Amino acid sequence: MRLRLVPRLKPSPVALYGAPVLAIALTVTFGFFLFLGIGRDPWAALYAYFIAPVNSAFGLSEWLLAALPLALIGLGLAVGFRANIWNIGAEGQLVLGAIGGGAVALALWREDVPGTFVLVCVAGALAGMAWAAIPALLRTKFNANEILTSLMLIYVADQLLGWLVHGALRNPQGFGFPESRLFSPEAVMPLLWPGTRLHIGWLALPVAALAVWFLMNHMVAGFRLRVGGDAANAATYAGFSRSRMVWLSFLLTGGLAGLVGAMEVAGPVGQLLPKISPGYGFAAIIVAFLGRLNPVGVVLAAHLLALILIGGENVQMLGVPVAVAQLFQGVLLVTLLASDVLVRYRVVRVGRLGERARG
Amino acid sequence: MIDSALMIAILVSAMRTATPLILAALGELVVEKAGCVNLGVEGMMLVGAVTGFAVGLTTGNFALAFMVGALAGAGFSLIYGVLVLVFQVNQYAAGLALTILGGGASAFWGQTWQGRNMRGLQPVELPVLSELPVIGVMFTRLDVVVYMALAATVIVGLILTRTRVGLILRAVGENHDSAHALGFSVVKVRFAAIAFGGAFAGMGGAYLSCVMTPLWIEGMTAGRGWIAVALVVFATWKPARLVLGAWLFGLVSVMQIHGQGLGLAVPSHVLAMLPYLVTILVLVLISRDATRIRLNAPGCLGKPFRPTA
Repeated sequence: MRLRLVPRLKPSPVALYGAPVLAIALTVTFGFFLFLGIGRDPWAALYAYFIAPVNSAFGLSEWLLAALPLALIGLGLAVGFRANIWNIGAEGQLVLGAIGGGAVALALWREDVPGTFVLVCVAGALAGMAWAAIPALLRTKFNANEILTSLMLIYVADQLLGWLVHGALRNPQGFGFPESRLFSPEAVMPLLWPGTRLHIGWLALPVAALAVWFLMNHMVAGFRLRVGGDAANAATYAGFSRSRMVWLSFLLTGGLAGLVGAMEVAGPVGQLLPKISPGYGFAAIIVAFLGRLNPVGVVLAAHLLALILIGGENVQMLGVPVAVAQLFQGVLLVTLLASDVLVRYRVVRVGRLGERARG
Repeated sequence: MIDSALMIAILVSAMRTATPLILAALGELVVEKAGCVNLGVEGMMLVGAVTGFAVGLTTGNFALAFMVGALAGAGFSLIYGVLVLVFQVNQYAAGLALTILGGGASAFWGQTWQGRNMRGLQPVELPVLSELPVIGVMFTRLDVVVYMALAATVIVGLILTRTRVGLILRAVGENHDSAHALGFSVVKVRFAAIAFGGAFAGMGGAYLSCVMTPLWIEGMTAGRGWIAVALVVFATWKPARLVLGAWLFGLVSVMQIHGQGLGLAVPSHVLAMLPYLVTILVLVLISRDATRIRLNAPGCLGKPFRPTA
């Protein structure tokens, strides 16, 4: 007896939404045995990881705050992934958003302009779009692989930020530390939930989710993207421009990632630092896949990934390396991709004799 | 005027910097020749780096460290193999998963080894070449792995073009349906190629942590795995050009270290961008010619394989 995969005629909806649940269950099981293996009480560790951080009002606000960048970037990525366009460089677009937004905040440092934070956000989104335009241009004009170019630009963006906070944008009164001035109160994101760090940028989440849903389900551009991903030949035959799909998805994700970068520095951080993001751009890739490239799913998945990120910080108190968060992300993505086999295939048991008859 | 001692120092560090790239890219080249794009090179290098370092530090045996690094890389690459060949997962997604998982796993288990350093590998003196005037001294400063990586490139090139094994591998990459119809096991050939790629990426990682630095730092590959993937495209799937590309990157990378000696008035952060910018530049220059890419890329590169019978 052996197992065989038989293609389904139609993707299974049960498996489509069941696969993320299965992957999460497998990841938590992995976590249980990992904590057991390194000599911690697995139940206590899982509690410290997944429950304790969000077991208070402040914890809840921090959870929402961490889910915001993941959801916004994940929404953008989901659009591109639908059309098989791979922007892996959101992390770099985020950094450029931080630089662009930060530069505006620092330029208006002493101007007392009410609502500076709006300009900061706009500048961040524009800077992120500009950075995303590079791989889009190289793809559409020179056929260069967007995965590699967008990824390389992450490292360039990191160095650019490092250069600026060590030089041009460094705080002149900062004793030479590589960080900018603290932004003026006008440039800082107003709080949405007083007493916490959750700011009004959170309102961008429902707006972006609705906009992406509308784009993908009620607009011709969204339809073209879906055809481009599901049946590339049909899209070409229908005359859908591949270049426009590339531009649309890169500018959208770049703009959202740039906005996230600006809101990070103008929100919880309040200044430019050499490192802005704890890997939001990469985690958002998992968010997009886990959320089934669908806006509601992406928002839910962003909250799970946010929990993985803040839980990882929390179990440090138990002496668990903080890298456990990235390990969980990796396990989650691997188990999700493996579970996805059930969407397109049925697993059939075949006996040695019955193989031909049933296969 | 650049003096010869500085020039030799630059060339030596460029060749050392190129070595992990050559190893990892050579592995990826074989994987791609068999028809699979494995974007997990970065993750496999990190796994090889941390395991190689752990073994090297505890035993002091470099050969063993490299072997374990290679085995760890190969074993780790099988996750990609199973996802792609058994579970029919999109190759890009599976490779990304491997990179994320490798980064996380190596950082998690590498915590114990962080901040400790070991004695690097001693250079060897090549008999005849080290007698040469001016550049001869270069051949007293390179370690054995630098030469082994170059030898491996020649051997892999010969195997791919001159042997039956190479022919089968290329057949599987060019047209998996025909290869399958001829009775070759596409899945087995690809598994072997993926494991080979993992082993070489692991060795590249082990070279980084045991010889070049020599210490373990979380995420120490800093995009070298991705540059290796780009190198394969740059080399248009030809091993000899891969070495040239890696040396170019080596030269550009060491500018950050030697920039001051050369009197370059460029901030170090800007010099540190160079390898990545050059990668983008060469990718653009090569990819611009779509026909050349199409003629040189394996025919079934990136396409999923399902046996028809």
